[in-house]
Amino acid sequence: MYRRESEDYSIRVEPYYAPQGSEIELFLSAHRNGIPVLLKGPTGCGKTRFMEYMAWKLNLPLVTVACHDDLTASDLVGRYLIVGGETQWVDGPLARAVRVGGICYLDEIVEARKDTTVVIHPLADNRRALPVEKTGELLHAPDSFNLTISYNPGYQSVLKDLKQSTRQRFLSLEFDYPENELEQSILMHEAKVDREIASTLVRFGVMTRNLKGSGLEEGASTRLLVHAAKLIVFGIAPLDACNASITQTLTDDPENLTAIREMASSLF
Amino acid sequence: MRRQLRAVQIEEKLDELLGAVLSPSRTASGLARKLSGLEKEQQEFALHWAGVISRSNSEMAYQFVDHVCDGFRLMDMDDVTKWIIEAMDVYDRQGLYPGSASLREVETYAAKLSQKRHSVPFEDVVGILNKYVKGVSGRDLDIQSDAQAWTDTETIYLPTSFKWFDSEQLNFQLYKATGTFLLAQTRYGTFRVDPNTGVPFVCAAIAQYRDPTRALRIFESVEHMRLLSLMQAELPGLVRQMGELSASADSSLEIDGLSELLEPIRRPDSDVMDSIRILNELYHRNINVPESACYQGIVDLEKIRHVTRKRVDREKEKFRSDLAMLAESLAGPDENNEGEQGKVNVTFAVDEDDAGESEMMLMLDGQPVVLPEDMAQTANSIIQDFGEIPQEYLVPAGDGQYRKDLQADEEPPEEKKNKTEGMFYYDEWDFRRRHYRKNWCELRELDIHPSNEQVVEAILNKYSHLVRDIRKSFEALRGDNKMLRRQTNGDDIDIDAIVESYPDIHEGNEVTDRLFIKSGRLERNLAVVFMVDLSGSTKGWINDAERESLVLLSEALQTLGDRYAIYGFSGMTRKRCELYRIKTFEESYDSTVKARIAGIKPQDYTRMGVIIRHLTRKLIEVDARTRVLITISDGKPDDYDGYRGEYGIEDTRQALMEAKHAGIHPYCITIDSQAHDYLPHMYGHVNYTVVSDVRGLPLKVSDIYRKLTT
Ligand SMILES: Nc1ncnc2c1ncn2[C@@H]1O[C@H](COP(=O)(O)OP(=O)(O)OP(=O)(O)O)[C@@H](O)[C@H]1O
Ligand SMILES: [Mg+2]
Repeated sequence: MYRRESEDYSIRVEPYYAPQGSEIELFLSAHRNGIPVLLKGPTGCGKTRFMEYMAWKLNLPLVTVACHDDLTASDLVGRYLIVGGETQWVDGPLARAVRVGGICYLDEIVEARKDTTVVIHPLADNRRALPVEKTGELLHAPDSFNLTISYNPGYQSVLKDLKQSTRQRFLSLEFDYPENELEQSILMHEAKVDREIASTLVRFGVMTRNLKGSGLEEGASTRLLVHAAKLIVFGIAPLDACNASITQTLTDDPENLTAIREMASSLF
Repeated sequence: MRRQLRAVQIEEKLDELLGAVLSPSRTASGLARKLSGLEKEQQEFALHWAGVISRSNSEMAYQFVDHVCDGFRLMDMDDVTKWIIEAMDVYDRQGLYPGSASLREVETYAAKLSQKRHSVPFEDVVGILNKYVKGVSGRDLDIQSDAQAWTDTETIYLPTSFKWFDSEQLNFQLYKATGTFLLAQTRYGTFRVDPNTGVPFVCAAIAQYRDPTRALRIFESVEHMRLLSLMQAELPGLVRQMGELSASADSSLEIDGLSELLEPIRRPDSDVMDSIRILNELYHRNINVPESACYQGIVDLEKIRHVTRKRVDREKEKFRSDLAMLAESLAGPDENNEGEQGKVNVTFAVDEDDAGESEMMLMLDGQPVVLPEDMAQTANSIIQDFGEIPQEYLVPAGDGQYRKDLQADEEPPEEKKNKTEGMFYYDEWDFRRRHYRKNWCELRELDIHPSNEQVVEAILNKYSHLVRDIRKSFEALRGDNKMLRRQTNGDDIDIDAIVESYPDIHEGNEVTDRLFIKSGRLERNLAVVFMVDLSGSTKGWINDAERESLVLLSEALQTLGDRYAIYGFSGMTRKRCELYRIKTFEESYDSTVKARIAGIKPQDYTRMGVIIRHLTRKLIEVDARTRVLITISDGKPDDYDGYRGEYGIEDTRQALMEAKHAGIHPYCITIDSQAHDYLPHMYGHVNYTVVSDVRGLPLKVSDIYRKLTT
């Protein structure tokens, strides 16, 4: 269930990351100053990739937790297991990251239950400590430790708002879909697709993003564009690739489907 | 295989059936010869129907047999049957002469049928096209139907139906191609305006020719080529489709020696002046102007001149008064520099940054200023007309002109009498002075005049299967099972708890009884107020759709068990702001409430700020963990006494901000297609939804509520 060696979490090969702005420098200085970081941004815009890149750059293990609404505090901090007839304490991912002084990335923090979210509070202010209630321990985070959480402000649910007392502990980095040029080079790098197709796909992405709020909940993410590009390189006809990896993924509504398909057929 | 009947066999039968109308000069043998050429099956069909028809009238039967071969040539058997039935219907209702004429006119009938079959009506495509155009252009352009396809750069007009092709698919493509082509006219400046005259260049240019019709046709075809070449770079797929739709789509102007002349309109930076210059060259040459392509639509210079004029004046005034306001607000409230605004030095520039995105820069007395969203939009529109912001726009409007609609209201509200019952006073935010006007609005709570609760039943019937779906999906929400750990009883053993207690169990100590997992629903603990726009503009469909939305919504909320209240709002001037009780938190969804929902009626205006403040107060009084305020509306805040434009928007925004500070989540559902211009500013980018089609509202409202609260 839990991996024991923090080495498992280290990233040895440089991940490809194309910066959108000054987020790398900001993150580095947040890290140096012991300030936790909040990544804001829509799905599939490179937040996870950014974290992998930062972990590699700082040469620190990266522990990622995808939060969900059943995630309890002990899922993060740790619990007892029975080993050979004896109970044995096992660290959860957060405690593990604190002990080894790595980076802990809590993805989609708003999904977690409110009572779970508060366990990070003492870690995220200048105490920088994680109380482990069940063992009575107080883990002090080494300087190299960093806590980063991510949050998608595009969610409309009123029940999934990040509390002020939580957000005001963090340095916020705003992510969005990359500018056209940058997104184009990301596609070319990630899918090895040629410039022309990359640029057409990016324009397609922008068109779908124009529909956000008038029919679509969300436009095509960079991730979806990468998917389509990969299919095209693999030999799938561009319209089929776009339909399967983007259009159908974005919506089920017949009117939206037709409108988006027509956009694609105008482009290719 | 069965063999066809021979002519003699047919003649025999026809003699029998048509005897009454035959004569030596009108025998069955000619008819029989025709029928002998048909397939066996068709022959049987014809004879069968000849028999049926002759029972009504022999002459009709004769005409039928005489024309049935043409019928089969033009139509399949089903359609031939339709033709017969329609003709017999005419005969029954109008008599022999029109009846037999219907049979004789089989070709017309067949042509009409095939046209109707493949024609695509505007209503079927407008929803898709709205989204398509929004996606492609990033703008909310209005799409309307009209006799012809054309655009005045504010609205795209498309024909009420397209039946150009014998295929729905192609007719739909034609809609799309036409819409995009008209969009391209706007986007690539076909109607760019001469800043000196306020008239589009093309209007003035065409008017100079002795034969303006010929000039316009040449211009259209040159401009067509220019636009296609620009579109080729951005929408190559569409240009290819256009080529398939119209044989004349590619440069049919391509005559010897013209290719060099046409070179400028092939460049990526071409503009309408290039087309006008080429027109001038071509006009005097003896060339044939090609037919326009099927998707080209028409250019109506008169209407364009008119619409442009109005827009140019409107935007100039708006831009200059916005500028004056901006200048005043920058000077600060304390400095008294009235009357000096004309002396502010204004410059404007559009910069392209590295990414090719353009950025507008306004400098007031050397200070860079960020344009408010609203003003940036006006600026964009002006740039679309002129290619720049003309110098005379950069002079702020003088003498506080911009305040004229508020001036009348300046005097403070008269001394308040004793608070009459059901009367509330609220402040209003004046964004220009940056302060609240104290007790500015008077609000009354009224009961809505109940109508027949049967109306609600009828709506439930109309949407019966939708109601079932809604109930189901909301039940699922309610039963959203959460694992409750460490319970004293439950469906499952909590392994974590057991493991933790393991030492105690082992050593025989007292063991906790909280060892179970229970799946139960978490209390939602949510209270929501719906505020429904009852302004005059909701008259008709919108009001119906609101009523239906409320019915479906109430069903959903009953299922869910969330606490909710519904209020309608309207009013006229700050002295008469009205809130209509439809359902309070205390009331249950009973026949009284239903009768009130049935009774909602459009009233007057939309002064939103005061309503939001009042409902905010109501919501805070309710004990709930999450409080939501949902507005259902059809447009911007708007009231009779100057509560419009930026003033109304800013007060509403302020009221929403107050609500947010009070811990309320505001959300807006609107059917105003222009809403993207102001709602993000008022509610924030994620806190609203635009429903593009009123008819979709009833379904959407519940849907949105579900998404919003999970
Ligand atoms: N700036 C970038 N540099 C390199 N690749 C990127 C960048 N942005 C996006 N990508 C590509 O997009 C994909 C999706 O990005 P990623 O998984 O990091 O998204 P995310 O923001 O974490 O999304 P989610 O919120 O759904 O978890 C990546 O696998 C990568 O291919
Ligand atoms: Mg991620």
